[in-house]
Amino acid sequence: MNPQSSFYNPAASNGVGLMEIVFWALPGVAFFVFPDNLSFGAQVLIMALYAMSLGLILGFAGIVTLGHAAFFGIGAYSTGWIALAGWHEPITATFAGGAAAAALALVVGPIVLRLSGLPLMMMTLAIGAVLFEAANKFGWLTGGENGLSGIEFAPVLNLFPWSVFGQTSYLYCLAWLFVMFAIFRSLVSSPFGLALQGVRENALRMRLVGAPVSAHLIKVYAISAFMAGVAGSLSAQVTGFVGLDVLAIELSINGIIMLVLGGVGSIYGGPLGAAVYMVLKDFAANWDPYNWMAAIGLFLILVVLFGRNGLIGLGQRILPKAFLISLPGTQRMVSRRQAT
Amino acid sequence: MEYVARSITFIAIYGISYGMVIFLISIGLVITMGLMRVVNLAHGAFAALGGYFCTYLVTTHSVPFFAAVIFATAAVAIISLGMEKAIYTRIYKATELDQVLLTIGLMFVAVAGLNFLFGPNVQPSRLSPTLEANIDLLGRSVQVYRLFIVAIGAVVVAGLWFLFENTSFGARLRAAVDNRPMAQAIGIDVASLYSKAFVLGSGLAAFGGAVGYGMLPIEPLYPFKYLTIIMIVVALSGFGNMKGAAIVSVLVGIVDTAGRYFFPTYGAFVVYGFLIVYLLLRIEGGFKRKSA
Repeated sequence: MNPQSSFYNPAASNGVGLMEIVFWALPGVAFFVFPDNLSFGAQVLIMALYAMSLGLILGFAGIVTLGHAAFFGIGAYSTGWIALAGWHEPITATFAGGAAAAALALVVGPIVLRLSGLPLMMMTLAIGAVLFEAANKFGWLTGGENGLSGIEFAPVLNLFPWSVFGQTSYLYCLAWLFVMFAIFRSLVSSPFGLALQGVRENALRMRLVGAPVSAHLIKVYAISAFMAGVAGSLSAQVTGFVGLDVLAIELSINGIIMLVLGGVGSIYGGPLGAAVYMVLKDFAANWDPYNWMAAIGLFLILVVLFGRNGLIGLGQRILPKAFLISLPGTQRMVSRRQAT
Repeated sequence: MEYVARSITFIAIYGISYGMVIFLISIGLVITMGLMRVVNLAHGAFAALGGYFCTYLVTTHSVPFFAAVIFATAAVAIISLGMEKAIYTRIYKATELDQVLLTIGLMFVAVAGLNFLFGPNVQPSRLSPTLEANIDLLGRSVQVYRLFIVAIGAVVVAGLWFLFENTSFGARLRAAVDNRPMAQAIGIDVASLYSKAFVLGSGLAAFGGAVGYGMLPIEPLYPFKYLTIIMIVVALSGFGNMKGAAIVSVLVGIVDTAGRYFFPTYGAFVVYGFLIVYLLLRIEGGFKRKSA
């Protein structure tokens, strides 16, 4: 496959693209332009991280899952439990949330990833449904329908207290998103990332050339789960609350919708799609939820029938080529690489 | 002793009738997935539409229940033919992700459309007086409706079995499921077979939604609510396997009912646990071979 022709994927071109700088400048600008909406902004960033983690397995490894919310939910609940047990340091708690999700992925991954297609979707859907039911029924542990509330954390790095207006939340989430994105970006352009794309295109051929397909898939599943767990954990810290909706099937499906809106298989697809989705949904908050459903449904039909690669694909078609280039400093590095 | 006998009667009647409705709704998807490999998440919408037409005719136009069922089935079958030609033919060769996206989109539009046309509330499920009556069966009072559903389900299973095993249509269908290129090579018009199977499947779903609305209440979120159970039946029964679907549906119905009866708190786990165990057992078996 040729990443340049089908997807806007700067990671494939060994340099920092001009659009990447624009992209990362946007959340910084938003911090100053919308000082009253920073709590909402933090939610957007969390969803961006969640959609990105789904993009890693769906877009780059071809694992079509209907149960990704499980990892988000486990991350959120474990962070909630840690806080309620008396540990209030936010960064370690976030790591713990991610680790809990990754542990779950390492347990279920070896089993579910042997399936593909419809059985895989069913298995992930069923596991997600079991977890949701479990959270619903084990009320002494999860608070059931009332959820876990009163989750509080100490100031970040003991310097930045959590403020009412959400400055700390916003920047804290942005920092996590950026770090996770940097890992994601270098991961998909590494040999491991290329192997994953090989598995996505044709798992049988990858097996024939000797690639450890199942090990690759389990590994990427765990990494993606870690990122989703971090997103869940951040949501618990920022809102101070964990409800049943963090495990709901709606969250799994919404993740896919965000990813498709942005562009599957592009590293910016998840974050961009999540941001646009959240903002549109916020504008449509006064609508009848059924109208929102109709709009999303029509959008999905049109994307499959006519549009390719969501907004990223659209940007790639209408933006002048000059915007899509890598920056000069990094291009020299590319040419040196090719010479050796 | 009497408690055991009564429980078993209850679980058998309620489980089997529930299973039969699930069978009617899912069988169409089992067939079309076997033929076209399309993951149609919007299949439940046909059942919902059938249920809506039926309840609309029964409540506002006082059409007799049985006539309304037949009319609803026919109407949905015609609509599904148009849908197949306009939309589904475009995704037969698309990737799984595209199929999932498009059919989720269709389901959303269907849910919103049903809400727009009929409102957000649960529709009344009026049956004919004979069906609403109760009779005494082995010390347990049972609604005639439940027995009627069991009978209808048995008739449909027998009819489909005859259609698949003893008619030329069934033979061609089985040939196309087993090996499509070979079926085409010997002159079977697979495209028209697809359309017929799709219409048959959607019609059966509408029939299931209509006759089953006493059990699965009709509301806009119907396609979403019963998606999981439909997909469970499809995943368990194997592509295009009619007999498998019948057995699995009844089994799922009984397991679900028994789970809710004996462990009311944890009943919902039982059917999911059943699915997970079943998929685990078959992990090296049918699916792998067929989907490779």
